[in-house]
Amino acid sequence: MSDAVVKMEGISKAFAGIKALDSVQIELRKGEIHALMGENGAGKSTLMKIMCGVYAKDSGRMLLENENTGEFEEVEIKTPLMGQKAGLSMVFQELNLLENMNIAENIFIGREPVKKNGFLDKELLTERAKKELEKVRLDVDPRTAISELSCAQMQCVEIAKALSFHARVVVFDEPTASLSEKESQTLFEIIKELKAQGVCIVYISHRMEEVFALSDRITVFRNGKYIDTVDAKDVTEKDLIKMMIGHELNGAKNCGSEFVNQENVILEAKNIKVFPNSKPISFKLYENEILGFFGLVGAGRTELMRVLFGIDTIREGELYIREKKVPVSSTKDAIAAGLGMVPEDRKGLGLILGMSIKDNMLISKLGQMKSGWLNKGALKDITGNYIKELSIALRDEEQEVKELSGGNQQKVVIAKWLAMTPDILIMDEPTRGIDVGAKAEIYQLMRKLTQSGKSIIMVSSEIAEVMQVSDRILVMHEGDITGEVTAEEATQDLILQYSFGGANNG
Amino acid sequence: MDKTKKLNIRSLRELLLVGVVMVLCVVWTILNPQFMSFNNISNILRQGSYIAIAAVGMTLVIIIGEIDLSAGSLVCASGLVGAYVCKSTDSLLLAVIAAIAVGILVGLINGVLCAIGKLPGFIASLASMTVLRGLAYIVTGGNSVVWGNENFTKIGTGYLGGIPIPVIIMVVVIIFGVVLTTKTRFGRYVYAVGGNMEASRWSGIAVEKVKIIVYIIMGVLTSIAGLIITTRLGSGQPSAGLNFEMDCITAAVVGGTSMSGGRGKIVGTIVGVLLLTVLTNGMTLVGMNTYWQQVLKGVIIVVSVLADTKSKK
Repeated sequence: MSDAVVKMEGISKAFAGIKALDSVQIELRKGEIHALMGENGAGKSTLMKIMCGVYAKDSGRMLLENENTGEFEEVEIKTPLMGQKAGLSMVFQELNLLENMNIAENIFIGREPVKKNGFLDKELLTERAKKELEKVRLDVDPRTAISELSCAQMQCVEIAKALSFHARVVVFDEPTASLSEKESQTLFEIIKELKAQGVCIVYISHRMEEVFALSDRITVFRNGKYIDTVDAKDVTEKDLIKMMIGHELNGAKNCGSEFVNQENVILEAKNIKVFPNSKPISFKLYENEILGFFGLVGAGRTELMRVLFGIDTIREGELYIREKKVPVSSTKDAIAAGLGMVPEDRKGLGLILGMSIKDNMLISKLGQMKSGWLNKGALKDITGNYIKELSIALRDEEQEVKELSGGNQQKVVIAKWLAMTPDILIMDEPTRGIDVGAKAEIYQLMRKLTQSGKSIIMVSSEIAEVMQVSDRILVMHEGDITGEVTAEEATQDLILQYSFGGANNG
Repeated sequence: MDKTKKLNIRSLRELLLVGVVMVLCVVWTILNPQFMSFNNISNILRQGSYIAIAAVGMTLVIIIGEIDLSAGSLVCASGLVGAYVCKSTDSLLLAVIAAIAVGILVGLINGVLCAIGKLPGFIASLASMTVLRGLAYIVTGGNSVVWGNENFTKIGTGYLGGIPIPVIIMVVVIIFGVVLTTKTRFGRYVYAVGGNMEASRWSGIAVEKVKIIVYIIMGVLTSIAGLIITTRLGSGQPSAGLNFEMDCITAAVVGGTSMSGGRGKIVGTIVGVLLLTVLTNGMTLVGMNTYWQQVLKGVIIVVSVLADTKSKK
């Protein structure tokens, strides 16, 4: 009588003795977009990975509707391939494609059509792939290598792969994290089409706007426990946050521009070229200021930050810190000049995942110390201080940093730079992939830092975040700064207009 | 209480290996009581010493996520240069300095090719392995090089206070390796670069410098091993040190160093050396066929690494 496809009941799962899921349930229906929400580590992804056969559950049962009889049968999905064959597919947060193989080979990997003589039937493979690509509106030759595709295109290939299995449930885990606004819109349209065809879409995201725009029902998890499933139209953002974190968030706007000291220019960039053919740009950063950089994908924000931090050599232009010209030819120079950098790619560039929390927090600080010998006592004081100050939740500072949640990992990266006492902290997408509670903590921390005399350059792709946090916003477009707005005058429309190239042609 | 528990878990692997070594010792002694004789023990230590010395360097190289295939050829080259210099100048000091200079040079070249030239360490050291071996035959014409200075010979064969000189050198090198990896800033950098090179760069570490220094350390330690091997043999041979790098890599891997970088311990490597040496020595002592010895060594590598990866899960 209900139009469910999958029912999961009493599912529990523990990793190394720590409970990730504690007897949770979920019911997924045909033709619905079902959002899963919760802080990082709440168990959303884990539950879906169990459903699709990536992890094995410890206990509980899973029922799948038999398409012929309409009856529910208990199933054991042991491998992702079994899951896919049962119509349960997942488009992963970190895409799972073989870069050196082409699109068609990736879609049909493990199921390649063969001729009678046992060789691959390449024509048939390409033909089939072409059909699958049409469904996701990807107009690319199926023989193109994955490495030549953009992030959004790769995601389409993943979706095509899922659909090629006659998907009944497709799980999207943070699908828009690496997409531009436009690409996201295309993805949403594909999702809506799938829904119209009766496919159940599970949508895992931290982005509230998307969840409200797309989903029919929302299920919330907290600390591995099932909280509730609600109709999206019956709840507000506030209700959801309360369900996710268990209490209300004091989300006062973070504007503190009264602290900004405009007399004191901390950093000044003069005529810096971001791309070989872009206009030279100049800007100033004041004492105690949070300067936000907004732009669409490809606007050159990250490239600019790389130049400031000495990762890429400066093409043209000069950099002044406290009115003194600084050579920025290496990261070491940048650090010596008082810069710190919290990179966008936390796991790839911010942390050394296999090392301990302690070592990660100290790895930059060591370079500042006079002696090459490790003074364990002094070092422990430093880490202890920051663990307390940033309230990093950990078991033991010798624990590997990869065991921490995204928010706590980000705090470790921040602690690493605070230990260096930099004047300027560059934070590139500081809250990407971080849950709501930790996000608020990071905003508060940023404000606290600027009040204690530091200046922050923040890069973000979320308009709401830029508006909430920054004292002043610079908008970039194709390597150029196309607009400057203060926190008071900032509106979404204005910022977006600038990000498309300015007020005139926006 | 809590602290000792943690300690135990962290050094469990080494303890387990030490246990295996002890069991092996018991087995060999039962099969041949000669095994536990003073002479044989001293022999095991001397056999293990030069592998251990170079394996300390190899462990550092593997921790930064690279490899050095040129160790065997460098053993040969540094030994030959030492022998030549000793032959022509009759000076122990000059011979040692010359041999170590070769080690520094080769390490520098490997390191620069790898760090600045962005070649994989595998390729850079494969090239220097081939070049050095070729040069060794060209320069010697395939003949061995002998010297007259007795003191030079003592590096590999002499005793100091009743302890073999190679063993004393080994102990110094082990202490150097352990201190470097656990007590110094440079040691942290080595693990960091191996764990995530890009993140290390973004943390302000001069990644290239770290790599080059590690290769130089490797070069110096290998040339010391080369001096010991050459002076034990009594002459410089263009064929010396063949497959020596594999012994070092085996010891490191059996000792728990991860081939993907970022992980490994000097102590583990040393226990690995001990295990392999005791195994080889005992097998020879009980008269086992050398070809079967190789088969058994291969099995040990697989078993120890399998045990390692399984226990991590």
